Amino acid sequence: MVYDVAIIGGGITGSAIARELMRYRLRVILIEKECEIGAGTSKANSGIIHAGHHSRSGTLKGRLEWAGNQMWDELHADLDFGFRRGGELTVAMKPDQVADLHELKANGEAKGVTGLELWDKERTLKEEPNLSSDVVASLYAPTSGIINPYEACYSLIDNAVRNGLELSLENAVIGIEWQDDVIMLNTRKGRIATRYCVNAAGLFSDEIAAMAGAGNFTIRPRKGEEYLLDKRLMGIVRHTIFPLATAESKGILVIPTFDGTIMVGPTAQFVDSKYDRTTSAAGFNEVFDSVRTLVPGISPRDCIAQFAGLRAVLESEDFLIGPSSVRGFINVAGIQSPGLTAAPAIAKLIVEILADEGLQLEHKENFMAQNPKRVRFAALSRREQMRLVAANPSYGRIVCRCELVTEGEIVDAIRAGARTLDGVKFRTRAGMGRCQGGFCSARVMELLSRELNVPFTAITKRGGKSWIVTDREERG
Amino acid sequence: MRKLTSPQLKSSYDVIIVGGGPAGLAAAIGAKEAGAESILIVDREQKAGGILWQCIHPGFGLHHFKEELTGPEYAQRFLKQVEEEGVAVISDAYVLDIDKERQVTLMSSVYGMHSIKAGAVVLAMGARERTRGAIHTPGTRPSGVLTAGLAQKLVNMLGYMPGRRIVILGSGDIGLIMARRMTLEGAEVLGVFEIMPYANGLNRNIVQCLHDFDIPLHLSHTVAQIHGQERINAVTVAPVDDKLNPIADKGWEIPCDTLLLAIGLIPENELSRQLNLRLDPVTNGPIVNSAMETSMDGVFACGNVVHIHDLVDFVTQEALSAGRNAGEYALGQRRPGDNIRLVPGNGVSYCVPHTISTHQTHTVYMRVRKPHERCSITFGEVYEKKLRYAFPAEMITVTLKPEFLETFHGDALVVDVHDRE
Ligand SMILES: Cc1cc2nc3c(=O)[nH]c(=O)nc-3n(C[C@H](O)[C@H](O)[C@H](O)COP(=O)(O)OP(=O)(O)OC[C@H]3O[C@@H](n4cnc5c(N)ncnc54)[C@H](O)[C@@H]3O)c2cc1C
Repeated sequence: MVYDVAIIGGGITGSAIARELMRYRLRVILIEKECEIGAGTSKANSGIIHAGHHSRSGTLKGRLEWAGNQMWDELHADLDFGFRRGGELTVAMKPDQVADLHELKANGEAKGVTGLELWDKERTLKEEPNLSSDVVASLYAPTSGIINPYEACYSLIDNAVRNGLELSLENAVIGIEWQDDVIMLNTRKGRIATRYCVNAAGLFSDEIAAMAGAGNFTIRPRKGEEYLLDKRLMGIVRHTIFPLATAESKGILVIPTFDGTIMVGPTAQFVDSKYDRTTSAAGFNEVFDSVRTLVPGISPRDCIAQFAGLRAVLESEDFLIGPSSVRGFINVAGIQSPGLTAAPAIAKLIVEILADEGLQLEHKENFMAQNPKRVRFAALSRREQMRLVAANPSYGRIVCRCELVTEGEIVDAIRAGARTLDGVKFRTRAGMGRCQGGFCSARVMELLSRELNVPFTAITKRGGKSWIVTDREERG
Repeated sequence: MRKLTSPQLKSSYDVIIVGGGPAGLAAAIGAKEAGAESILIVDREQKAGGILWQCIHPGFGLHHFKEELTGPEYAQRFLKQVEEEGVAVISDAYVLDIDKERQVTLMSSVYGMHSIKAGAVVLAMGARERTRGAIHTPGTRPSGVLTAGLAQKLVNMLGYMPGRRIVILGSGDIGLIMARRMTLEGAEVLGVFEIMPYANGLNRNIVQCLHDFDIPLHLSHTVAQIHGQERINAVTVAPVDDKLNPIADKGWEIPCDTLLLAIGLIPENELSRQLNLRLDPVTNGPIVNSAMETSMDGVFACGNVVHIHDLVDFVTQEALSAGRNAGEYALGQRRPGDNIRLVPGNGVSYCVPHTISTHQTHTVYMRVRKPHERCSITFGEVYEKKLRYAFPAEMITVTLKPEFLETFHGDALVVDVHDRE
């Protein structure tokens, strides 16, 4: 069988493209090397839908950032993954920075970003009383939003699968060949034949392009460390707080996440390895030293978890999207920040490019834009909770006490495709709270083992060799 | 493990106890002694008994039962007694909310959601373990980094091994107990690393769990980096300077497949926060008066939810008293309020209860900040207790009698520790 399109990489870019393509009568497969979707950069980022004014007009990322920004409301209305336009403030801490705010505003307005407002000190502190009183002025951007990035990936993929996408997980593309007009992808699980191929392999898109002889570019990983804070600090800021940016980074932010907790970060530092997702003492200090100048009430003691993500950066510092010298092979590379924001716009662009390259697009009448409604127990009213528990007792059993996640939701997540502890965690929040899974992991493992019908010892944290327990006798 | 019978739930109880570990069970007995008739214990695990079920080692009950029991034996005795007293115990049930009128909302897969009126409430939710996030150890995020308590559950209750080559960070008691347990299970425990210059666990555990098994204890050392992409494969350990920062060039790498964290417990105060109880920033638990009553009328607290205890016997003692007071409260007997605040002074990290009265004998639980030899604990000018030694890891109990306070007319009593010549 020959697919119409094969997508390599199941990050936010690949997932958004897959879902967009499923609107048409096409045979599409998505190949992802990890055992869960979104396991690359797409789950390890700030989760901000950027307002649109930060990146320069005239760049591809600048254009797609603003275009993508405006598509999230509709996507969220369909897929309900957790999105809110909370607005952001870029703050000037010194009088000489006020000019930069004006410039930022002009840059945004040139791109058509709406609603930008300059706030003076008084207004800024009235809206954000916990900001440092050193603040001089701020630029308010109401179009800035916040999402659950991993949930966005899952809902996009779940929806694409619902509309006929074929998903091949734990399967890396290791070589690319041609047979007549057909692209042959050599994967760990065998050969896949396709007429078109979209390279959305994130950090590895240079290696994939090289395999295909379809581009000569290099991706450098730029690491960003992020630190999650205890729920206690919920509400300490209402908007995402940006310091003024430097050339390499948007600076260290204070982010009220979709779930209401506060996250601080990211750092921005080139690293040698595409696997280096380590956090460091230096990163920790940089983040908290910087954040304390913005919001003095945040202390390193409130940190409950940390992670690092890697931006896929090209020399040009811009996105590289388009057909290559090889027929049918499309690159989507250098999708660094604001890749999350831009993803829906990138997906539409790819559909146009594929059409230009000769792919026949025929609308599917029976495309289902929505997913079945998911239960999120903690977000329901008492009355709704009561009804739910009466109808299905498994929603009456709390498994994760920090985030109030029920057994029913965990079973739903496993049935929707979660295979690992992290898969359950990112789909349901079980294990994401203060105790970081200390109480619930054993129970979640039991549920995974029961639902997937595999031994307890076969459950992993995130696939591969990330085993959790062994039998008592073994290796002894 | 699942309970076979589920008692019928009533619409109101004299006392509702949240948490069925050693604190909750003893509180029920206390409430019964005070004359409360209807008592309900709600526990979220499959079976009440709390952390005791996974503590299969001996060392429980020396004070209370005057014999040495294992955790499960201790739990069993209490559960039996509670049952004989006619206390209703429901497990696999979760308290979602308690309002100002002490209307308790609970949820369970068996009972669904219920709102039940309580004459008095006792919070006894216990504690949770601190995790890697709290100490932000640099490095990768592989599997195989887990708290000692989770490891204990995996080994002792579920029968699996969390790994074979084990490094332990922190010298908390559960970590020490697990060092021995894992060794007995055939694993290799490569060392215990404690950032402070003194151990955090009980001395008897250092001796019986480390020394007896030749497991090295490295004081003033920490894990500076975690290595491994999927599964942990090594840690870098290093001595620390006087600001507790690792001294990088003195570090060394230890290949391992597991890192157990025994870096302390903190009260499980989800509900306490939700109820807006006043909390003590040092203990992280609610502020309580001498009746173990929190800042909310009729809501009492005891056990690790108030402050971390190192011996279950002290939990039991504190909880019996909290239970009695809750029982009396439910029956409408109100004690006169406290008139003296206890203020932790020099070298003292905290005191519980936070207030006392001049009319009664009190047991005050407290901890010192650093180790002392030959020291005394003073309560203002009115009372002095001499100790041969004091360690932060060992809770100190002081009995204060009304006669000591006869001459005291202030409203705050400062508690200090002094070294003696
Ligand atoms: C710290 C940090 C903060 C950020 N914050 C924001 C933000 O707030 N807002 C925003 O808009 N953007 C943000 N970004 C950028 C954003 O996260 C990325 O642009 C986006 O996630 C990129 O998605 P992707 O799908 O292109 O890449 P990825 O998510 O990395 O997906 C690529 C996928 O390809 C798979 N793959 C690789 N090789 C192969 C192979 N050979 N075979 C099969 N599969 C393969 C990988 O496993 C991976 O799952 C941030 C980035 C970082 C690092």
